[in-house]
Formats: sequence, C-alpha cells, structure tokens
Amino acid sequence: MKTLVWVEHEGGHLKDATLAVVTAASKLGEVHLIVAGQDVAGVAGEAAKIAGVQKVHVADDAAYAHGLAENVAPLIVDLMGHHDAFLAPATSHGKNIAPRVAALLDVMQISDILSVESEDTFTRPTYAGNAIATVKSKDAKKVITVRGTAFEKAATEGGSGSIEAVSGAGDAGTSTFVGAEIVKLERPELTSAKIIVSGGRALKDGPTFESTIFPLADKLGAAVGASRAAVDAGYVPNDYQVGQTGKIVAPEVYVAIGISGAIQHLAGMKDSKTIIAINKDEDAPIFQVADIGLVGDLFKIVPELTEKL
Amino acid sequence: MKIIVPVKRVIDYNVKPRVKADGTGVDLANVKMSMNPFDEIAVEEALRLKEKGAATEVVVVSIGPAKAQETLRTALAMGADRAILIEAEDVEPLGVAKLLAKVQEEELAGLIILGKQAIDNDCNQTGQMLAALLGRPQGTFASKVEVEGDSVSVTREVDGGLETVKLTLPAIVTTDLRLNEPRYASLPNIMKAKSKPLAQKTPADYGVDISPRLETLKVVEPPVRQAGIKVADVDELVAKLKAMGVAA
Repeated sequence: MKTLVWVEHEGGHLKDATLAVVTAASKLGEVHLIVAGQDVAGVAGEAAKIAGVQKVHVADDAAYAHGLAENVAPLIVDLMGHHDAFLAPATSHGKNIAPRVAALLDVMQISDILSVESEDTFTRPTYAGNAIATVKSKDAKKVITVRGTAFEKAATEGGSGSIEAVSGAGDAGTSTFVGAEIVKLERPELTSAKIIVSGGRALKDGPTFESTIFPLADKLGAAVGASRAAVDAGYVPNDYQVGQTGKIVAPEVYVAIGISGAIQHLAGMKDSKTIIAINKDEDAPIFQVADIGLVGDLFKIVPELTEKL
Repeated sequence: MKIIVPVKRVIDYNVKPRVKADGTGVDLANVKMSMNPFDEIAVEEALRLKEKGAATEVVVVSIGPAKAQETLRTALAMGADRAILIEAEDVEPLGVAKLLAKVQEEELAGLIILGKQAIDNDCNQTGQMLAALLGRPQGTFASKVEVEGDSVSVTREVDGGLETVKLTLPAIVTTDLRLNEPRYASLPNIMKAKSKPLAQKTPADYGVDISPRLETLKVVEPPVRQAGIKVADVDELVAKLKAMGVAA
C-alpha cells in the first residue's frame, strides 16, 4: 500500500502532529508526504528527513498558503490517483480537509484512529471516548485522521525521501483567507507537552486562574490547560480547552485542579499516563480516574505545592 | 435567503453510555435522547440570522428513525419554519451528506449550517463532505458568522486561536460551542410547533445509495484505569512527584 500523509506546518516549520501520522502510515505501507503552502521548500526539506519517508510531494502556490480546504482538497484528490490511503492528523486542520477529500473520492472517512489493526481495520473512540469501536473499511481507498497521542512520533532525522514538485488547480475561487488571531504561548504546546496543569471552574476568575495555575505550571515546565467550564466562564481563551470538544491530550502527567471530571473533559485526558487530581469534593468523578488524589482547598494546596517544588 | 439546518437525534450528552456486553454497540434502549448539542447551536444561529433579516426561512432536516420527529419538533418549537424527516437508521456521514446534497438541490438554500460533530459517532465529517459534494466552500468550527451580501464571513476556532475566512454563498458552515447560547422553546411555541409542516421522506425518494462503507466489528469499553491512591497532604504529593521524576 502507498500512503499519502498531510504535513502540518506553521511559520516555515513542520508541526509535531505530522510525526505521529507518519508512524501510523508506516504500518500501512510506503510513506509519501504532501507539503502544500507558499514558500515551503524549508518544510519539505525537514519532511524529507523524517525516518521512513520515501517521497515528499511539494505544492508551492499562494492558493495553498492558508490550507483552505476548497483549494487543497482537489490537489490531494489528484495525488490519490496513485496512492491507496490519505492520512492526516486529527487536528483542526486535518479535520477540516480530510472529509472533503473523502467525499470527493466517494469513500467514508475513518476519524481519529487509535490503532491500525490491519490494512483495512482500525480502532477509534466514539461516545466521547466511552466506547472503542473496531471498524473495517470496505472502500478501495482509505481516508483516515489519526489521533496524535495514540502513536509514537517518528524520528525527525534519518530519512532521505526524494522531493518532487506537484501542481494542482490552485485557487477554487470560492473562499478567501481574511486573517488569524493566534494566541501567543510562552509555555509548551498542550498537545505535545509532557506535563499539563489544568484548571477548572473552581478557579473563580481569569486573574485567579493565572495567579494560581501559571506559577505551578512554570515550576513544572508544564503546559496549561482548562476545562470547558473554565473556558466558558472566560478565565482563559478556548484553545486551552481539554476535552471532547477541545484538545485531546495524553501527557505523562496531567494535574487537574478544581476540575470535577465531567465525561466531556475525561474524553480529552484520560489516556494520560499519570493523573493527579486536587479537588475539595472527595466524591468528584475525577478521583475515579486519578492515580494520585488530594482532597482539599486548592487555594491553600496549590500555592503550597508551588512553593515546595 | 433560505437556511437549511440538519439536526441529529443522539444520546443525551449527560448520559454515560454503556457498551453492550456482546460487543455489538452501545445500549440505547430506554436511554434519554436529545438533539445533538452542536445542532442546537446551528438552529439558534439560523434563527438569529433570520431575526436580523439575513434569512427568510429556516428549514430543519433530520435523517434518522421515526422518533427523530421529536428532534425536528424541538427545532420547530425553537422557531424553525418547517421540517423534513428522511427516515433511515444508522446512516454514515457520507450517506447523510449525499441525502443533504439532494435536499439542497430542491431547496436551493443560501446557507447550510450543521453542528461540527455528533456526540455519538464523534466523526466530524458531514459538513465537510456536504460542501465537497456540492462543490461549495466550507466554514468549519465557526465561532462567529456574518452574512455580507453574497458572501459570509466565518471566524473559525483553530488549534492556535482563531481564523477568519470569507466564503461565497451558497456556503456550508459547521458550528463550534462558543458560537451562541441556544434558546429554550417556550410552551406556547412547543404547542405551535405541532402544526408546523413536517414532510416525511425516504432515502429512495432521493435515489441515494446509503449502504454503509464501514463495518463495525466490535465495540468495547475503554481500558479501565487502575484505582489510584489518595495522599493526605502536599508534602506527600511532592514526594510522589519527586519519585516520578517530575520534580527535582
């Protein structure tokens, strides 16, 4: 089988999300990549070095600069003439593009896979991670999005893929990119962090969230996350949100502070290696999944913990 | 301009799903069902556009069992004008998208607003697939929608923050959680909804093949986490963190 992997990149560099997808793709067969964008020679160079990559298709055109699905999907569909599977990370980018590709190829997409059982059989979470389904695809070509935390990241060195320029139809003319507001993070990115410190509604307000959670996160070199309740209450921007409708994370250590542990939140973090919960309610559902729990007032515990570390 | 809003009847989001012992799926017998939360947001957005004068009619569509009528009545009670039920069970996103594309051929809506994903299959595909089949632009994961003449400006929630795109109408928009706060249907409106038109169709009426492409071999519970321990105080927690190598 020949696979085609969507390369996610930003600011001239490859994003980590791609590396896990390469690992998933290598379980299916020969790995080819597609780098689409404007002035992406640098990204293509990085992509060619990923271990296990055989070929990198590069589409360098202003029409692909912002990854608009209307422009990018036909390009991928063209390349699928000589590939058997298209894989993209289950990021906001991948989720936007892959189903459009699938429908153009008249195949059913398999979303957010957790494992590759065979060439046509995969496992994926449903019902907010409360049920794991094993599904078998009857389609000739596969379109798949991959949950990044479920696969090891491929090594960024050691590969020697060939680089080949491709061109597509360019601008479909139905959509234009207007602008972006990207939140600047001084801390590690949520989806790739080894440690995450997350706060919930109990943090009261934005300033309290910052003054309580941020120092602890900095002490641990951790990324900061939040529950949907904390985001909806406006304590932090929504890209901090961990959960079914936010980001799915699986760090080595997840520290949940003032988070009750609603189904929707657990779906986003219960694959973490170690879960630590600090909550004043000893019956909070979070304690059912926590490896280490501490019952008490977070406003006393967290500063003390920060100080003692 | 007409707006189409597809809605799905799903297990209520407060219910903890139980996997059937024989591994064939999730037990939905006698479980509370509701409108998919993202679809409520889609209905609300369509109604707001109508109230602002940007839309003239809101048509809700559901593809599901006969009981999906209840979901459509809920949308009508919120304020939608009429409903279409296409009776079929367990249709995959590709099949749903094909049926919706046929509905659009008849209705010629300016906007189709869908939820970004259904909380049962968690696919996040139907809106994008529909956009592909119609050859129209898509504004997925919308947190703001503004109709401006023959285009719509959509602010999207993306991994690093927000992104705004401008799409030529007709366009497909999928809703994210923060787009709006859906209204509740009042009792008089619930009564009124009972007399609003609801057309009943079948996939055969549209000549669409909805046979599934994916076969579910089994459904299991996720691995259970081992029971954890509770520590008494911060010192004990610090010691644990140090033992794990997390803290120096």
